[in-house]
Amino acid sequence: MSEAPAISCRNVWKLFGQSPAAYLAGLEKGRDFDDIRRDGYIAGVRDVSVDVAKGELLVVMGLSGSGKSTLVRCMSRLIDVTGGEVQIEGRDITRINEAELIDLRRRKMGMVFQSFGLLPNRTVLDNVAFPLEMRGQDRHTRRDRAMEVIKLVGLEGREDYYPRELSGGQQQRVGIARSLAIEPDIWFLDEPFSALDPLIRREMQDEFLRLREMLGKTIVFITHDFDEALRLADRIAIMKDGAIEQCDTPDKIVLHPATPYVTKFTEVVEKSRVVHARALARPLNGTVFEGATVAAGSSVLQLARQLVNETREQLPVADKSGKVIGLMSRQEALDILLGAAP
Amino acid sequence: MSVAIAPRRTVFGLTLGFPLALVLLAVLVALLKPLLPETLIRVPLNAVMPYDRWLQGLFDFITHDLGFGTLTRYISAGLEVLLDATGNLLFGKNRWPHIGPLPWTSVAAAMAVLGYALGGKKLAALAGLTFVWVALVGQWDLAMQTMSVIAVAAPLAIMAGLGLGILSWKSRSFEKALAPILAILQTLPFFTYLLPAVIFFKVGPTAGCVATALYALPPMVLMTTLGLKKVSPEVIEAGQMSGSTRWQMLRHVYLPSARTEILVGVNQAIMLSLAMVVLTAFIGMPGLGAKLLSLMNSLKLGRSFEIGVTIVLIAITLDRLSKAWVVKQPQHFERGTPWWRRNIYLLLALGVFALFWAIALVYPLAGVIPRGKDLSIGTQIDGVFDIVLNNPVLVAVTGWLRWFLITWVLIPFRDGLLWLPTTAVLCAIAAVGYAVGGRRSALLAAGFFAIVAATGWWDRAMITLYAVLSAVVIAACVGLPLGILAAQRKRWAEPILIACDTAQTFPSFIYLIPAIMFFGVNDVAVVFAIFIFATVPLMRYTIEGIRAVPEELIEAADMSGATRSQKLWKVQLPIALPTMAVGFNQAIMFAFFMVIIAAFIGTQDLGQELQKTLAGAELGKNFVLGICVALMALAFDHVLMKWSANRRKILGVG
Ligand SMILES: Nc1ncnc2c1ncn2[C@@H]1O[C@H](COP(=O)(O)OP(=O)(O)OP(=O)(O)O)[C@@H](O)[C@H]1O
Ligand SMILES: [Mg+2]
Repeated sequence: MSEAPAISCRNVWKLFGQSPAAYLAGLEKGRDFDDIRRDGYIAGVRDVSVDVAKGELLVVMGLSGSGKSTLVRCMSRLIDVTGGEVQIEGRDITRINEAELIDLRRRKMGMVFQSFGLLPNRTVLDNVAFPLEMRGQDRHTRRDRAMEVIKLVGLEGREDYYPRELSGGQQQRVGIARSLAIEPDIWFLDEPFSALDPLIRREMQDEFLRLREMLGKTIVFITHDFDEALRLADRIAIMKDGAIEQCDTPDKIVLHPATPYVTKFTEVVEKSRVVHARALARPLNGTVFEGATVAAGSSVLQLARQLVNETREQLPVADKSGKVIGLMSRQEALDILLGAAP
Repeated sequence: MSVAIAPRRTVFGLTLGFPLALVLLAVLVALLKPLLPETLIRVPLNAVMPYDRWLQGLFDFITHDLGFGTLTRYISAGLEVLLDATGNLLFGKNRWPHIGPLPWTSVAAAMAVLGYALGGKKLAALAGLTFVWVALVGQWDLAMQTMSVIAVAAPLAIMAGLGLGILSWKSRSFEKALAPILAILQTLPFFTYLLPAVIFFKVGPTAGCVATALYALPPMVLMTTLGLKKVSPEVIEAGQMSGSTRWQMLRHVYLPSARTEILVGVNQAIMLSLAMVVLTAFIGMPGLGAKLLSLMNSLKLGRSFEIGVTIVLIAITLDRLSKAWVVKQPQHFERGTPWWRRNIYLLLALGVFALFWAIALVYPLAGVIPRGKDLSIGTQIDGVFDIVLNNPVLVAVTGWLRWFLITWVLIPFRDGLLWLPTTAVLCAIAAVGYAVGGRRSALLAAGFFAIVAATGWWDRAMITLYAVLSAVVIAACVGLPLGILAAQRKRWAEPILIACDTAQTFPSFIYLIPAIMFFGVNDVAVVFAIFIFATVPLMRYTIEGIRAVPEELIEAADMSGATRSQKLWKVQLPIALPTMAVGFNQAIMFAFFMVIIAAFIGTQDLGQELQKTLAGAELGKNFVLGICVALMALAFDHVLMKWSANRRKILGVG
């Protein structure tokens, strides 16, 4: 591997209770969430190891109380881990001192909060400029930069408003702008859209995708909403009782759920919309193919008409450059589209 | 969350059984009094240690040997500079900076602008007219003497309170250590503030200022801590993610987010300052309080009334202004608004201030209204009062009331309390404590009273207690029904609540005026003053408690076919009771405060003894007496608040 992942968690634990460090030190292997709870501790994060590559968007999902927020707060060290280590660009942040941590946050990290976390006594402009003010930038530079990000999130003309004078969607835009003001490399978003109504949420997702396209950051994104996850994610991590049950691309999670819990999670999803031809393509292994190819990036649903009308059993799948990457079984794709034959 | 219901017999959350036994014991002890040995009836004299001399020794040690006296001398010197400066500005005291007195028209106009900036036209009129009134009735100098102390004491209390509040938010152990001290500070009678202030700080404004600032301190500390604790976790995390240092967090995240609570603390600090500064009359501080005291002493009721109006107006103005500041939210200006537009009110205030100053240079009457040119109608009111109060019907009514209360209620009650053996009272108190909060509460409440007994001041303490209890019981008989009635009708509830809120801002001293007016100088006047003072919180919390009953519960009761009275007794009152208990508690705290003030009417209780310590500068005795009062108040406070909290938990509210 050429460079270190942006974020790397190695056996991260976070326990809540009386003296968690001592408890964790004496903890035998194999004790599960309920055992730990019987001992009087809550396992917020349980032995999590996960890497997020540079530029990747990892979505974290799970039921309420499954430890998503806790995990992300460990990554940003808003809370101290009980055990394990968290590396940001190869550097263990669980052991750095307060000054280093402050410096890291001033240069590298941004975070967006579910209920916005705006300072009520500051205008939009001053809220967005807040991180810049903290690192001591002079008034002019920070205002200019703040105006840039305010424009970026489409709040131009509102910069002198106070948070309470804005709608929920606008307030969250301020939150987003603030987290982007320092041009962070790593961007944490903890359920950023769940306080918004469905229409505005959709709008904000589009906005978010646009920003992501433009900025190309490493992103960890928490959500409850599977559709939202599917729209945004490179990979999805599904958490239960503080542990990651499965972490994979959306196609793989839908096609090959690792545990019954993940299966239940994915049951509600319309698979044909999620699974793409690429995920179904089997290596050629020298087989000859004939006829037109299908695009690797199209979903099974998009291919529906062709699948029904097709006569070939094996369809060649080609990537963007036109290179054939494998063969897709028509029957398999039809099963996904229509549900397996009874 | 489900609450485990103990398999004991309970009535309204009170545990019976063991407490019942204690009550029986108390009754038994009382009945067997003639047979009891002396030691069980009163703490024998030879068992009373000279606590006052011990304390005095301790104070002497602190003052002389630890050099506290030197320290306070330096503090006094600093305060004196500040007080001289405000004194010069406000009433022309001949000291640095030699500018004052500021023309009354300038002050009134600037206050009106401030009122407008904070709360619009109404507040502008209130603030402006208050100061115009003060000047026109010829009380400008008195009022400004009072204000010059507040102007130093209130900011002092606010700064110190903010600092202590931050410390006790930062450190759990500091908070724990500070809590009991604040609780005692809030219940100590005001004489116990005054005397040490006089002894440690120079007599005059400095001592008054220190006592006032100390008295105003506790709510500021508590509100600051409360506000800081309540800052939303996401705002804190947002601050941390922005890379704030600890200092930046405090300065830019915590304090601004706790703004509302801190400003509520500021409001309370200002109001308590006013309440206390009026009372510094007892240590000879000139100003409105001193004038009122001397007028009341010579029974000039009309002019007392006039001063009373002034004090009330100032109280309302200060209260409304600071409350308007609490709710005032920053408003944004459009981009490109020029700076003068952004600071329009400041410029306007400066403008009118300068304008009236210029006018005052030409027409001196706009600067200072000299004696004899004012429009005081105090003497005429004196005359009117004479006629009204000597009206035969009124005299007959108040005379009868006085006779009835004294002969049939007050004296029997007082003599009863005095007759009871100390041990019987302690048993009864322990019983109540046990019923409410188990062994801990029983020990605490009875323990506090036992300390009072041990000091040898039991009889005086019982006289204080008698005045407090009789006044609060009468207040409950009047205030509770009125509150319940008012709460039933939305149209009444609102204005009555506002009236109660307003009345609560008046300095307690004021309540003596009508009492003396109607009943003259005797026990009934004392009880009457406490009674009015205590009725206010009782009514207020009753209304609030009943109004806070969820609408659905009322609807459910309606759908079950409950009559009005069934609804009241079965639904509204049980749920409002915890809140009403808070009102009851406040009434008792107020009563303990008031009964001490009434000392100058000539009571025979702890207050009287306290007042005497002022003359002799007996600090040790003063503290012993003060702590007796505080302990009795704290015992009530503990029991009532505990009960209220228990009930709330059981009802699952609050
Ligand atoms: N400060 C704390 N003290 C004790 N327990 C905590 C604390 N913070 C979180 N927990 C517990 O840790 C577990 C995980 O909480 P977390 O907030 O990470 O859940 P989440 O997945 O973000 O849930 P949600 O979707 O509701 O936000 C929960 O059981 C929670 O009760
Ligand atoms: Mg969460």
